[in-house]
Amino acid sequence: MTVDPSCLPPLGIAIPLAGACVLLALAKFAPRVVVDTVAMTTAVVSVAAMALLVAATSSGRVVTWVGGWTPKDGSGVGIVLAADEIGAGFALLACALTACALIYTWRYFDDAEAHVHVLILLFLAGMVGFSLTADLFDLFVFLELMSATAYALTGHKIEEPRSVQGGFTFGVVTSLGAYFSLTGIGILYARTGRLGMPQIGAALDGHGLDPLVLAALVLVLTGLLVKAAIVPFHFWLADAHAVAPTPVCVLFSGVMAPLGLYGVLRVSTTVFGGVLPAASLHGTLVVLGIATAALGATLCLMQRHLKRMLAYSTIAHLGLFLIGLATLTASGVAGAVLYVFGHAGVKGALFLMVGVLLARKGSVDEFDLHCQGRDARLTKWLLPLGALALAGLPPFGTGLGKAISEESSGLTALFVLVSAATGGAVLRASLRIHFGLGPPPQDTDSDTTTGDDEKQEGRFPQRLPATMVVAITVLLTGGLLVGVVPAVADALGAGRSASWTEPGCWPRPCTAPRPRRSAASTWSGRGRASRWGLAQRPPEGRRVANWAITYPSHRGP
Amino acid sequence: MSLLPYLVAGWLLLIGCFGVVRSRGLVHTVVCVAVAQSGTYVLLLSIGFQYGASAPVQGAPGPVVDPVMQALTLTDIVVSATVTALLLALVIQIAKRTGTVDPDQLDELRG
Repeated sequence: MTVDPSCLPPLGIAIPLAGACVLLALAKFAPRVVVDTVAMTTAVVSVAAMALLVAATSSGRVVTWVGGWTPKDGSGVGIVLAADEIGAGFALLACALTACALIYTWRYFDDAEAHVHVLILLFLAGMVGFSLTADLFDLFVFLELMSATAYALTGHKIEEPRSVQGGFTFGVVTSLGAYFSLTGIGILYARTGRLGMPQIGAALDGHGLDPLVLAALVLVLTGLLVKAAIVPFHFWLADAHAVAPTPVCVLFSGVMAPLGLYGVLRVSTTVFGGVLPAASLHGTLVVLGIATAALGATLCLMQRHLKRMLAYSTIAHLGLFLIGLATLTASGVAGAVLYVFGHAGVKGALFLMVGVLLARKGSVDEFDLHCQGRDARLTKWLLPLGALALAGLPPFGTGLGKAISEESSGLTALFVLVSAATGGAVLRASLRIHFGLGPPPQDTDSDTTTGDDEKQEGRFPQRLPATMVVAITVLLTGGLLVGVVPAVADALGAGRSASWTEPGCWPRPCTAPRPRRSAASTWSGRGRASRWGLAQRPPEGRRVANWAITYPSHRGP
Repeated sequence: MSLLPYLVAGWLLLIGCFGVVRSRGLVHTVVCVAVAQSGTYVLLLSIGFQYGASAPVQGAPGPVVDPVMQALTLTDIVVSATVTALLLALVIQIAKRTGTVDPDQLDELRG
């Protein structure tokens, strides 16, 4: 059976939306098990569709003009979805993490109605759309769809004062950021008369970098960096992660925040790649990344609330991802993307294990739980392992990603220190809780959020439900596979510059020389593709011809 | 094209942010977010606007204003309604659970 790959990107958005509608219709009278099954089926079908899409992108970019509104005679008003290896990879990551979160949810919430499942599926639709869109305004719409469902999920435990406060902070900060992005998008449309990203890029090549375009760049990137929790807009992430239901934290940490960075990459290369001096962009982003990584690692060490500790570790890692992406070289970008994938698996598993602690002991406080976890059988060993993987232990995906990123960015010391600090903080907590090592900590600091009055989620004091074990194992294995299986790295465009399996073949930066490109073949140009980490792709075929057509200006005289 | 609408748009966006920063009540914060978003409506509409042009409907005589920008503004309004409603619902819950809407007194999450 062959599937036309161009139908897959819209399906990735439509399947979760359809599943959410079905669930909403069933919610009134269907029993819980039906709700879970429908949600799970939807997620699994999405994973399959996105896996097919990733396979299809290995032979070239998949471009879909939604609704058949292809441009005619060089002009058109259609909306375009474009999937390349990195975008499709992010969509697949979102679907896979959602499936894991849904397996975990199966026995996690006692009282969950279908709302959680519906919101998670809508959230998935937003994330897939964000990964695949090639239209700047759609980027904003999917950003807002993703954000609005995320606020609702964060504030899901509406009886909890902390939960609603965290959701509110999250909502105000990221909404304001998104409006700045929209202002920038408006300015770009005013300047070029186009909304498609490669079309704007082609038009800007002719204009050059004037102050207005620079302002637009800053505004668009602001919203995306807020979403990615880059300093000084990092504070919402810790609040939101500390209070959101645990399965949702997996999605927030694993894919939602990194998607902000993906947006930065896409906008700064596809839209502004032709006009922006690469060195100045690199300098700015690296400074932001270093500040974020240092701050996140420091604050991570100071936490006692386990979810906040993991959240600050996510902030630190987001800083490292940004440093990797900012190199804008094939190996740097590929390394950062691999790092994101490995981190998603490891961090997701860590969050779920903290969720197990919360369900069994009714607390996520490091001091309060001292010696309390001696009786845990599985998490006793997996939590320290996850902490080591977070610090970049080979052969986990985090290790491979960190190695490639630090090699291509040249900031080895920072990468080692930051990942060791965040892994060390989690290891400290896990050894205290499960093995009772060290003296009982003194509770003297009143300015830190404690974790002992979190609401217990789910109750199963005796045995860990099999569904939770499956979810934790799948995530950790996923984090491992990203590092071990060369095909995964290869599919993400990293295999050409690095292979884990060949001893002595550590990655080295390989910037392909940038060929001249014509304005009409903007995004398909091999020059830009090389900077996306996809340097050695075969020349693309017929689809490119449709794709590369630019809109004429809509502006009247 | 006059410069005024662009200045108004920028002013609304900035004054909205300023209001969020200076806010003493969460309802005020939500309204300030909505004010900031109004700046984007003004910006989008003024980008598409032409003097003497009519509404972009089928068969309109003469030049019409840019329909793309009008569609974007409508989408923007829908987004705004969703976000504002959700944030106000959260404010109601905060007020119920903690008895205050002053951000300085909400200190559940620290450090």
